[in-house]
Amino acid sequence: MTASVLPGRAVALKRSRLRASIGDSIVVTERNLIGYLRIPEQLFFSSVQPIMFVLLFRYVFGGAISPPGMSYVDYLIPGILVQTVLFGSVSTSVGLAEDLQKGLVDRFRSLPMARSAVLAGRTSADSIRNVFVILLVIGVGYLVGFRVGTNFAGFLAAFALLLFFAYAVSWGFSCIGLSAPNSETAQLMAFPILFPLTFASSAFVPTETMPSWLRWFADHQPVGVVVNATRALLEGGPTARWVIPAVIWSLALLFVFAPLAVWRYRKTA
Amino acid sequence: MSAAIEAHGLVKVFGSDVKALDGVSLSVEEGTVLGLLGPNGAGKTTTVRVLTTTLVPDEGQAFVNGFDVVRQPNKVRASIGLAGQYAAVDENLTGRENLRMVGQLFQLSRKDASRVADELLEHFGLTEAANRPSKTYSGGMRRRLDIAAALVVRPPVLFLDEPTTGLDPSSRNAVWAIVEDLVANGTTVLLTTQYLEEADRLADQIVVVDRGQVIAEGTAAELKSRLGETVLDLGFVDEHAAARAESIFAGSWGSVPVREGSLVELNIDAGPSQVMIALRHLDEAGIAPVTMVLREPSLDDVFLSITGRRTEADLEVGK
Repeated sequence: MTASVLPGRAVALKRSRLRASIGDSIVVTERNLIGYLRIPEQLFFSSVQPIMFVLLFRYVFGGAISPPGMSYVDYLIPGILVQTVLFGSVSTSVGLAEDLQKGLVDRFRSLPMARSAVLAGRTSADSIRNVFVILLVIGVGYLVGFRVGTNFAGFLAAFALLLFFAYAVSWGFSCIGLSAPNSETAQLMAFPILFPLTFASSAFVPTETMPSWLRWFADHQPVGVVVNATRALLEGGPTARWVIPAVIWSLALLFVFAPLAVWRYRKTA
Repeated sequence: MSAAIEAHGLVKVFGSDVKALDGVSLSVEEGTVLGLLGPNGAGKTTTVRVLTTTLVPDEGQAFVNGFDVVRQPNKVRASIGLAGQYAAVDENLTGRENLRMVGQLFQLSRKDASRVADELLEHFGLTEAANRPSKTYSGGMRRRLDIAAALVVRPPVLFLDEPTTGLDPSSRNAVWAIVEDLVANGTTVLLTTQYLEEADRLADQIVVVDRGQVIAEGTAAELKSRLGETVLDLGFVDEHAAARAESIFAGSWGSVPVREGSLVELNIDAGPSQVMIALRHLDEAGIAPVTMVLREPSLDDVFLSITGRRTEADLEVGK
């Protein structure tokens, strides 16, 4: 320690509420992204998982399942994309639970920053990570025979839908993260929700052979709808029929879970 | 002089029946240090959380720098720093990144936040570690970074929640020096601690809390006088020698010596020189003690004398 007069400065809060909350969200987003990059093991294994899914499903199920009108790899990749961004949003809840557990949230709460920024910064960082994950899955898909059957506009629309859906879902996982007693539990709490939604859908197999009640569920629940919409955008088919409900589902999830998460954040001790 | 921190009748109930705070009132004059002393679970951290706006009280009122912690939380947040046990730094970020982030969240520009970060790192001897993730820091370095993060905007009021718990003695001294330096420069400090020694060294006023209630308050000297003075325990080879020593002190000592078997207890109220006087008396009589222990009153003694029971922290150690 050197001089005995401390540096630092008194602060005058002068920005408008909206600018402050956007600025604070960007600062927290950056902090979360640095966190991802600082743990290379986590980065590596979270990339390995989708690659593994693409290769396993492509070569293990590829021969046994022949969906109508397209090759299995073209059928599979849209499903894997949705599954990957969905499973990725578990890290939203784990990250938040960890911040709570370690006392970072208390540090944030004691700062004159926007209350929503901790959550918005977390969900935004997860969206940015999703951009890379989506590109990775599509890249690996290309290597094993996947091709976009529509056009570049379809590809961009699918990309946007995936990001928006994942963003909406990650607010739901924020609620889980804020309710979980610790990060391990936050992770465990996610799977009873994710597995039925992912597997009872058209993500990996056509729903035609499912019992009628399950098929109805698979064709109407959000993950199934978003898978079908992504597939229609990438490979053709009845686009509006699936994209409109997919957008409605995503909006509904966002409008329910974002306020709920902010409310929980304010309330959580 | 006016109060920088004031709390009246704070109540906080967790769940249906856990009363973390049961009517806590306290007041800290500007530029002074208040030590909030108590065992684990006494309500120290809950008090700090209410005063730093991270927890809303069920009842009562509190003001920091004249701002109401419930009605004007952002005004309070802009004028306080918080460090210690539960407000952490981000392990994945470097020291510099942590401080810059806090600066930016205090609405400094990125450039200003970086400059303040560098100045603080320099001030706290962390410049060499500035670009290492903070998870690689030692306990003492982390605590210094934590305190630095609380000082980014040089707040007039600083809250330190158990700032030295778990630190080795030299790191503890470093933290104490930081606090003394801040107070010398006019900062008001509220610190919580489980150590009477720490409160004694740093605090102008001490408030003792237990089970969510204030059970004693005063200066360190006032609290200690309630406890009685330091005790000198002298052990002798046998009861006979102890009885002779007792008779020597019975006439000449200010207070009445207590003898238990071969052990004699003397009150020491005038510091170490009084110990020398006691030993000189024994030497003149040709009696040498075989054991000698000088006991300072501990937090446990405070509790024992005020509540008649031991602290839970001590009970845990005893388990």
